[in-house]
Amino acid sequence: MIEFDLQKDCVRALNARLHSLPKDTNERRWIVRNPMGEHAIACGLDLPLTVEIEGHVGFYCGGMNKHAEIQINGHAGPGVAENMMSGLVRVKGNASQSAGATGNGGLLIIHGDASSRCGISMKGIDIVVGGSVGHMSAFMAQRGNLVVCGDAGEALGDSIYEARLYIQGKVESLGADCTEKEMKEDHYQELAALLERAQINAIPNKFRRYGSARKLYNFNVDHADQY
Amino acid sequence: MDANTPRTIPRKSYTFDDQTLSEIRRAATTGIYDIRGAGAKRKLPNFDDLLFLGASISRYPLEGYREKCGTNVVLGARHAQKPIELKIPITIAGMSFGSLSAQAKEALGRGATIAGTSTTTGDGGMTAEERGHSQILVYQYLPSRYGMNPDDLRKADAIEVVVGQGAKPGGGGMLLGQKISDRVAQMRCLPKGIDQRSACRHPDWTGPDDLEIKIRELREITDWQKPIYVKVGGARPYYDTALAVKSGADVVVVDGMQGGTAATQDVFIEHVGQPTLACVRPAVQALQELGMHRKVQLIVSGGIRSGADVAKALALGADAVSIGTAALVALGDNDPALEQEYQALGTTAGAYDDWHEGRDPAGITTQDPQLAKRLDPVLAGRRLANYLKVMTLETQTIARACGKSHVHNLEPEDLVALTVEAAAMAQVPLAGTNWVPGKGGG
Repeated sequence: MIEFDLQKDCVRALNARLHSLPKDTNERRWIVRNPMGEHAIACGLDLPLTVEIEGHVGFYCGGMNKHAEIQINGHAGPGVAENMMSGLVRVKGNASQSAGATGNGGLLIIHGDASSRCGISMKGIDIVVGGSVGHMSAFMAQRGNLVVCGDAGEALGDSIYEARLYIQGKVESLGADCTEKEMKEDHYQELAALLERAQINAIPNKFRRYGSARKLYNFNVDHADQY
Repeated sequence: MDANTPRTIPRKSYTFDDQTLSEIRRAATTGIYDIRGAGAKRKLPNFDDLLFLGASISRYPLEGYREKCGTNVVLGARHAQKPIELKIPITIAGMSFGSLSAQAKEALGRGATIAGTSTTTGDGGMTAEERGHSQILVYQYLPSRYGMNPDDLRKADAIEVVVGQGAKPGGGGMLLGQKISDRVAQMRCLPKGIDQRSACRHPDWTGPDDLEIKIRELREITDWQKPIYVKVGGARPYYDTALAVKSGADVVVVDGMQGGTAATQDVFIEHVGQPTLACVRPAVQALQELGMHRKVQLIVSGGIRSGADVAKALALGADAVSIGTAALVALGDNDPALEQEYQALGTTAGAYDDWHEGRDPAGITTQDPQLAKRLDPVLAGRRLANYLKVMTLETQTIARACGKSHVHNLEPEDLVALTVEAAAMAQVPLAGTNWVPGKGGG
């Protein structure tokens, strides 16, 4: 276990060390202390490391992560795990806006609430939120799953493509071309597996599924007022 | 009226000209706005409205073919550990695989590499072919983040954060379904055949304070090695340049409204943004006021066609220019040899701009395998390299005539304007006077 204190050294030094580790490194478990809301902590990781951050982080923590498991024992600023490719990022507190934005893969877990635009333009990432999400979540979401155990703000899934949205609570409103869809057996199984991986306790059959109505996939002037 | 009574010649309206009338009829028939590629086609104040003074008794020229006139440019030395050095001050602008065929992207890489300059990815990610054929490749970071991944980010030689482009400042992108091949769809993580919209705003930052943090994240991911450009459309070049510098950019790219696009609404292209000529001096002024001129490099693009345009942009304070439309023409776009095929598409060589339809007979703006294979990437790359060489020689010719041993030594004092508008925009005197509109003199 390697401890890194951000009160004693800077984010650049931390990331430089994490990026320079060889593939066969033994330094696989890291604890980062005193993050103090710093930005870009542990972004661009490319190895199966475990990084535990003891406190709150600023923007883009775990950005573009590959392979690593990052746990934030605090709240996260905007764009946590943005464009994640693989691995896992877990936020024990709340997350600010654009959590998991454009993520291609991996699993993002937020035990508290996520703010607006959670999962915006997601491209294959799975996101599980223990609480609620804000407005415009899953905007232009292309692929992957967004699971929300609480409520969703207005314009959920606006202009959504092929991502799947599982919401347990109330949906303030649906965005353009987003519609409720039938929950079938494979959806219950997929949802149960996601909740189990996220270690979040919820009952799949209380969720509703939302996705694209696919009416706006090709521009049609007669649908112009729906945009 | 008697047949012998003289009549005035039938007179068409200046306001309702043939172009306008045809557009009204088209709109009335289809109910949808006109979408097209390329940049603004209307008559705009441009670099042709400027002239170099050349040498005289008080200015000493350099000997052509004898005395050296440097053309190299270093980009990104402000923060990047590995700034890039180009042999010529002309780069290839971002154009996506998707909007262009793989052959066209390869040709751009080949041509740029022969000439010693960079080419740029576009919306849709980096292809192995363009990385392989581009010695210096700039990787665009766009709102859609199609194809974005950290591996390609690290393979790039520089990163360009795209805030806007000259053809449509404030607009996103649209790649229509007919151009979405299996490969394009796979790279963008979307189903084949559907319209692929690119967002107009970045998904995880808003405003200059966030941009600064975003740039820092990109630097962290790439370990502070790559130059980071910020590209803006020609909307508010003074403020956008200042904010890009404040946000930590190494290079600012300002793209005027003659800059091309793969596809957007004609009304957007022709009526939003400013001409390139109007963008250069405000951007330079912002850099000078911040003490960053020549420290943060300025690349100007939008309608650059010749060495004369390059020299004028540099004289006004740019460090380099970027070309897109002209590069496509060099590859073979709008070639009169294809006139019959252009006519079959309802257009004519020199006017073809329905790049979004994917039926380009030159094989450039298409994903149709049969059309795409018409373009020989080796030959087309050679043509681009030739064109870049000519532009460079032209730029040197002018610089030597003005007594400059490096093209970056060209300066506004070398220029006069032919029109009051150009004098005001370029902030150089109207020819034959010492009057700079807005600056006094007379």
